[in-house]
Amino acid sequence: MTTTRKPSLSLGPVYFLWDGPKWRDFYFRIADEAPVEHVTLGETVCSKRQHFSEPHIAEVIERLEAAGKKVTLSTLAMVTLERESRQVRDLIRDSEHPVEANDLSALGLLRDRPHSIGPLVNVYNAATARTLAARGAENICLPPELPAASVLQMLAAMPDFSFELFAFGRMPLAISARCAHARSKGLTKDNCQFICGEEPDGLPLRTLDKQSFLVLNGVQTMSNSCAVLVDDLAPLVEAGLSRVRLSPQDCDMVKVAGLYRAVLDGRMDGEEAISELAEVYPGVRFSNGFLHQQEGAAWVSRGRNAAMGHG
Amino acid sequence: MELICPAGTPAAFREAVEAGADAVYCGFRDETNARNFPGLNFSREELRQSIALARSRRVLTFVALNTFMRAGDEALWYRAADDAVALGADALILADFGLMAYVAEKYPEQRLHVSVQASASNPDAIRFLIEAFGAKRVVLPRVLTVQDIARLTRQIGCEVEVFAFGGLCVMAEGRCSLSSYATGKSPNMNGVCSPASHVRYRQDGEDLVSELGAYTINRFGAGEASGYPTLCKGRFEIGDVAGYAFEDPVSLDVIDEIDALRAAGVSALKIEGRQRGKAYVAEVVSSLKKALRAAPAERAALVARLRAMSEGQRTTTGAYDKRWR
Repeated sequence: MTTTRKPSLSLGPVYFLWDGPKWRDFYFRIADEAPVEHVTLGETVCSKRQHFSEPHIAEVIERLEAAGKKVTLSTLAMVTLERESRQVRDLIRDSEHPVEANDLSALGLLRDRPHSIGPLVNVYNAATARTLAARGAENICLPPELPAASVLQMLAAMPDFSFELFAFGRMPLAISARCAHARSKGLTKDNCQFICGEEPDGLPLRTLDKQSFLVLNGVQTMSNSCAVLVDDLAPLVEAGLSRVRLSPQDCDMVKVAGLYRAVLDGRMDGEEAISELAEVYPGVRFSNGFLHQQEGAAWVSRGRNAAMGHG
Repeated sequence: MELICPAGTPAAFREAVEAGADAVYCGFRDETNARNFPGLNFSREELRQSIALARSRRVLTFVALNTFMRAGDEALWYRAADDAVALGADALILADFGLMAYVAEKYPEQRLHVSVQASASNPDAIRFLIEAFGAKRVVLPRVLTVQDIARLTRQIGCEVEVFAFGGLCVMAEGRCSLSSYATGKSPNMNGVCSPASHVRYRQDGEDLVSELGAYTINRFGAGEASGYPTLCKGRFEIGDVAGYAFEDPVSLDVIDEIDALRAAGVSALKIEGRQRGKAYVAEVVSSLKKALRAAPAERAALVARLRAMSEGQRTTTGAYDKRWR
């Protein structure tokens, strides 16, 4: 029997528009209380929002690092304007911190510099992961869409590489040039009045039959359900998964991190963690369908897992 | 500008060649391409014959291998690339970095085009694809305005191809998991979006309800024209307001922008529609070919018929116009 190395917990960037003080206080509390080792931060979804977090980023990084967290800076998920290209170039040129690439422009600019790959870059197989690793990528957070079979295959193919799994949070499903969030309030992207800030946890979109389905987050469309893979991690950890990513929602992320840490450390049962999570993030449906090669919105409980031969 | 035309079948391929295509793009009959629909696409033998026909008419053949390789099954994609090269494809249209690396290393002379599915939307992204994989052409995602495109082409050393007509992705292509969230099947992994296998129509009183997987995508009242439940063109509720949250059921038509695109330095216009029948392909290709040669004032008449063939009978210039955002 080999002893499995325990994976580290990582906190992904806040995908939503939170006002500056809320954003700062969130990270201060993460620094002070959350059992996460890695924190990736910085505006990722919409370049227009940058000025909300910018005044606070230095003090946030300082507080996180003083608490021993390893800080990585995230790049924009979609770069179309000259101004956005410049933001990415400046960030990569000036950053004293590792950078997480979330689009192809960053991939090119980061060549031969140690960097991470975010879940918004399409890495579906080890051939792609190797190609990126050869250019300096040291950690890859896999896209939420990947089934466990693919994750396991990649872990087996690259046993010494650091793979990260998106394991908590509403899943980023799409990004558009058009801002559906602004449109829903009679505005356009270019004249948006930062209206997406009204919904710090996403604007729910339901079907005409009142089914919860998606949430809008500016130009990004996310799942209404929250990915919860806390009870699915064991076989992946055993296969060599290095990091587990929690994506910030407008709920008590310190508690979320504590529950994931407890499960990873074997101090808590996965099912117990799930029922605790339901209290920490109430009224939100959980999903893990992608991992189980079903529709992403599906929830597969552990009883089903065993029947499917996982673990 | 070249006209790049879709072919889902050898018959449509022939029609596209006859109608004046400069190049025809197609894919193999499996999940290696992003139009993996039942009854579509080419066997190796069909591709061989089609390439021979195209060559005899000085038309190019591009083979789309533009899904992302499933981990562990990469051999399926590698074999498709090997066969497309051996059969004489003039270009491979690729989205997956691993597959690009394979082709660039094994067939350095092979022309590599970057699929729209790779989502290269800015000069630095395109420079990366040229530097890393020797890309010769990039198909731009439908997230840019004509002005963005003009700025971009000036900065890069590679050809640019843009979508001009047909189906319209509202989301950045290759970066959308909405379909698999509802059905488990996605463009990136399975080559399908909002697949027919998961579509159901049901009558609810006066209403016809269209569903994708477990989700209602639209409801059509009596007398209202119904449509296919493509997820991003469905009607949804936000707050108390119901409507087309992402986009109406429209298709893309940038014929009025032809001169602007040419001036922007675009090398090729692409027609979407490998899933469409050969009559559609013939009509669209010949009309667009004429439109490309015609004076701007004469174009409107040429394309009036085409617009009637479009999805929902309504068209948009989409992201090419800044106001679309």
